[in-house]
Amino acid sequence: MIRVVLPPHLRTLARVHGDVELEVEGSVTLRSALDALESRYPVLRGTIRDHVTHQRRPFLRFFACEEDISHGPPDAPLPDAVVSGAEPLFIIGAIAGG
Amino acid sequence: MSKVRVLVGTRKGAFVLTADGKRDKWDVSGPHFAGFELFHVKGSPADPNRVYASQCSGWFGQLIQRSNDGGKTWEPVGNKFVYDGVPGTHQWYDGTPHPWEFKRVWHLEPSLTDPDTVYAGVEDAALFRSTDAGQNWQELSGLRGHGSGPNWQPGAGGMCLHTIILDPSDPQRIFVAISAAGAFRSDDAGATWRPINRGLYSKYIPDPTAEVGHCVHHIAMHNSRPGVLFMQKHWDVMRSDNAGDSWQEVSGNLPTDFGFVIDIHAHEPETIYVVPIKSDGEHFPPEGKLRVYRSRTGGNEWEALTKGLPQENCYVNVLRDAMAVDLLDKCGVYFGTTGGQVYASSDAGDSWAPIVRDLPAVLSVEVQTLT
Repeated sequence: MIRVVLPPHLRTLARVHGDVELEVEGSVTLRSALDALESRYPVLRGTIRDHVTHQRRPFLRFFACEEDISHGPPDAPLPDAVVSGAEPLFIIGAIAGG
Repeated sequence: MSKVRVLVGTRKGAFVLTADGKRDKWDVSGPHFAGFELFHVKGSPADPNRVYASQCSGWFGQLIQRSNDGGKTWEPVGNKFVYDGVPGTHQWYDGTPHPWEFKRVWHLEPSLTDPDTVYAGVEDAALFRSTDAGQNWQELSGLRGHGSGPNWQPGAGGMCLHTIILDPSDPQRIFVAISAAGAFRSDDAGATWRPINRGLYSKYIPDPTAEVGHCVHHIAMHNSRPGVLFMQKHWDVMRSDNAGDSWQEVSGNLPTDFGFVIDIHAHEPETIYVVPIKSDGEHFPPEGKLRVYRSRTGGNEWEALTKGLPQENCYVNVLRDAMAVDLLDKCGVYFGTTGGQVYASSDAGDSWAPIVRDLPAVLSVEVQTLT
């Protein structure tokens, strides 16, 4: 079971409160975590990464264990602390005013 | 008794304003989708409870929302807009080729007869259609595939398809407008298209009378006369009496013929409304006076409508999809401003009053007349 922290607008869209808990099949990577997230909440498809290319939307980043993993390979294993659920995977929106 | 429902899209959410036929007391609900840009919200003429909304965000991209109860509750539907085939390129601002990239939906146009069919005008300019109430979207790629596509270029606001008009007398005929490519017409339900820009003159392109390249801001058609079109171009107010085959200027005595909105009285097809804006460099009303101009002669002769509108220190803009009319006996006219006001007139423009004053910047206004 991993935990994912969504930006507030995506929590509203997915109609969830707090962290999202997900079972991820097989190796836990950024790609498999996002696949599981989108499978459970189809409304999030297209809001985090492109429907077709799966490219991360430019104003979003992925953080784990105090590291920015946004530019890492999507099939690299996530840190053990994320895989165990001790630490969440953060999906972060760029800060902005207005 | 009749009711009026005004659907307002803003920079930070959607609002639904309702009143009875007197239109003097308004109920305001919203913000729906707070924090998101609502480029357009429009109801189905075939089923007024069916409403579609374009919700977008620089962070999270495009979403489409659908309501089956007149905007009280909403559900997200399909947001996958994928160009048909290899998208190719259009011109970028500097004149170099630039790949077609989907950015957002500017305009949603529900079918006149089927609540489950809806068209979407998108940036980068293309036309999509859903026949399953917004779940799935297919591009009508004959438009983008028109041979002129590689020469289209964005206006400052992006290369958007912002106007979709369905001809009530001919289901095969569709009009669209693109900034800054111009107006196009299909006579085969969207399969093939041709530019309809003859008579437009645009000083900001190398050939001012080119087949494409004109920054058309908005087009309006009266349902009783589908061959007559009125256009607010970047500069110039234009009219066509032959479904766009040719246009002539009807700016007449307007104080400036720059602007974004244009609309038509519900019962008088020669009565049209514009909101003159000072210039393309100064997007606010001339002299700080917010004035709607009305022509009862289909253009050329215009009168300023000022009663109830601010006549000093007003520097708002009125964007292209932010004016609409209702169908009541005394035609109501509505428009929204970038200052967050939605003004209403229940006497065809003779007098105005704000329904709301302090919304986020208004992007679009649509009206449903309910019986």
